[in-house]
Amino acid sequence: MSQPSPAIRVSELRKRFRTTQALDGVSLDIQQGEFFGLLGPNGAGKTTLISILAGLARADSGRAAIMGHDVVRDYRQARRALGVVPQELVYDPFFNVRETLRIQSGYFGLRDNDGWIDEIMHHLDLARHADKNTQSLSGGMKRRLLVAQALVHKPPVIVLDEPTAGVDVDLRRSLWEFISRLNREGHTILLTTHYLEEAEALCGRIAMLKSGRIVALDATRNLLQLTNEHCAQLRLDAETVPAAWQGRLQRDADGGWRVNFGDYAELETLLADLRGAGVRVLEMHLQEPDLEDVFTDIMKRT
Amino acid sequence: MTGLPALFYKELLRFWKVAVQTVVAPVVTALLYLLIFSHVLEAHVEVYPGVSYTSFLVPGLVMMSMLQNAFSNSSSSLIQSKMTGNIVFVLLPPLSYLEFFLAYLGAAVIRGLIVGLGVWAVTLWYAPFQLPHPLWMLAYALLACAIMGAVGIVAGIWAEKYDQLAAFQNFLILPLTFLSGVFYSIHSLPPFWQAVSRVNPVFYLIDGFRYAFVGQSDTDPWLGLLVVGACFVAISALTLMLLKSGYKLRH
Repeated sequence: MSQPSPAIRVSELRKRFRTTQALDGVSLDIQQGEFFGLLGPNGAGKTTLISILAGLARADSGRAAIMGHDVVRDYRQARRALGVVPQELVYDPFFNVRETLRIQSGYFGLRDNDGWIDEIMHHLDLARHADKNTQSLSGGMKRRLLVAQALVHKPPVIVLDEPTAGVDVDLRRSLWEFISRLNREGHTILLTTHYLEEAEALCGRIAMLKSGRIVALDATRNLLQLTNEHCAQLRLDAETVPAAWQGRLQRDADGGWRVNFGDYAELETLLADLRGAGVRVLEMHLQEPDLEDVFTDIMKRT
Repeated sequence: MTGLPALFYKELLRFWKVAVQTVVAPVVTALLYLLIFSHVLEAHVEVYPGVSYTSFLVPGLVMMSMLQNAFSNSSSSLIQSKMTGNIVFVLLPPLSYLEFFLAYLGAAVIRGLIVGLGVWAVTLWYAPFQLPHPLWMLAYALLACAIMGAVGIVAGIWAEKYDQLAAFQNFLILPLTFLSGVFYSIHSLPPFWQAVSRVNPVFYLIDGFRYAFVGQSDTDPWLGLLVVGACFVAISALTLMLLKSGYKLRH
């Protein structure tokens, strides 16, 4: 048996919109079962990449495939394997929730899909709104309906484009629980988000895009090690610090001190020096580097 | 063709849910035309010998209503979906461009026929029932709705804003339907305008359709069928080409 085809494979994808090169040679494999994050500032090309995967846009050159099906040549199989939650909060005001999901099922040739529709509505807490017109739904409910629509055909690959933009905490949590469950059940998830703590908590692997190019691509834990800038915040019982640390230790706005260091040995030296000078540490907080630091760092460097 | 029935059903349900606006209103409008024009002209105008003006006018009004509503159905559905962004719901599934075309065209034809039937039904109070050539009626009704349904798809895809679609409707569709012999025979026009009318395909639609009802016409219904059939083939080919290329839908 040959290896299973990757859930998503893009190679040398290029796309130009008038004056901007939205994608400038992007290659990427996402394996089946991954929870993958696609990060980047606005205009980096994330949505363009997703649009090409979904068939909403056509690449100038390069190829893209979903579960081994080319998105142009075998568009039927490719789209059958893909569920997309679009970024814009769109809905069709002519229909209610159940009608919307039935019609969407029909587009995939699925009749009698009510069992599955009921199940997704239940998990997304939409069941009590089943007969409501989509126009009367709150923003959060509209977002849930978009997720439900992307799932009517049980796609093995699910793409979420900024699904939690402007969504309250409760919905965000229940949405991630549901998506994580789908991932555990074997669905591949591709996520773009501006909330880096979400990506850090959920994604096993992350790609960072900038100006249409991939500038970082690695497992989330490896990316987190790229920056070893720890930070310690201290409160001392003295107004001056040993001469060796003047300059390194910065005054905080609230009267404390702050120091950045590479590894913990440095921190030990600092504490020993302070003790030697008779300065007592009243309070200390340590900050681990997070994805935001890594992200800022990479965007600055590239 | 697995997704075609669902898209067709969605398009039917869309206009049926607002039937007061999409079916009842055009019937009332046509009835007003009939009341006003037949009241003013009935005693003064006889276009064909032995045919009352009201009997002459009815097929024209039925045809005009079908043309405008078939166009309106596909074009307004598409522009609304594009403006609100929910067009992605039909672009993401594995629907082919042919399924897309047939679903929007089919729904436009059904809306056109329902409105046409409605207009005809209310006019039966004012003009006696007569239909010597039912097959001609059917052929012209179907072709008329199909042509305008396809033109509506093109307009809906091309227009990026509501006012562009309104311009298409006001400066192209409306003049073509009004200046095509709904209210008069082109034989009553000066020779120049007669010649202009003969290059307007809508003229053949109305003339041939009227032939089915009153048994008289300005041109041979077979010639009309040829012109109208050719128009349908041409506009369908253009629409399919645009859909296949993804023009203004897939960037």
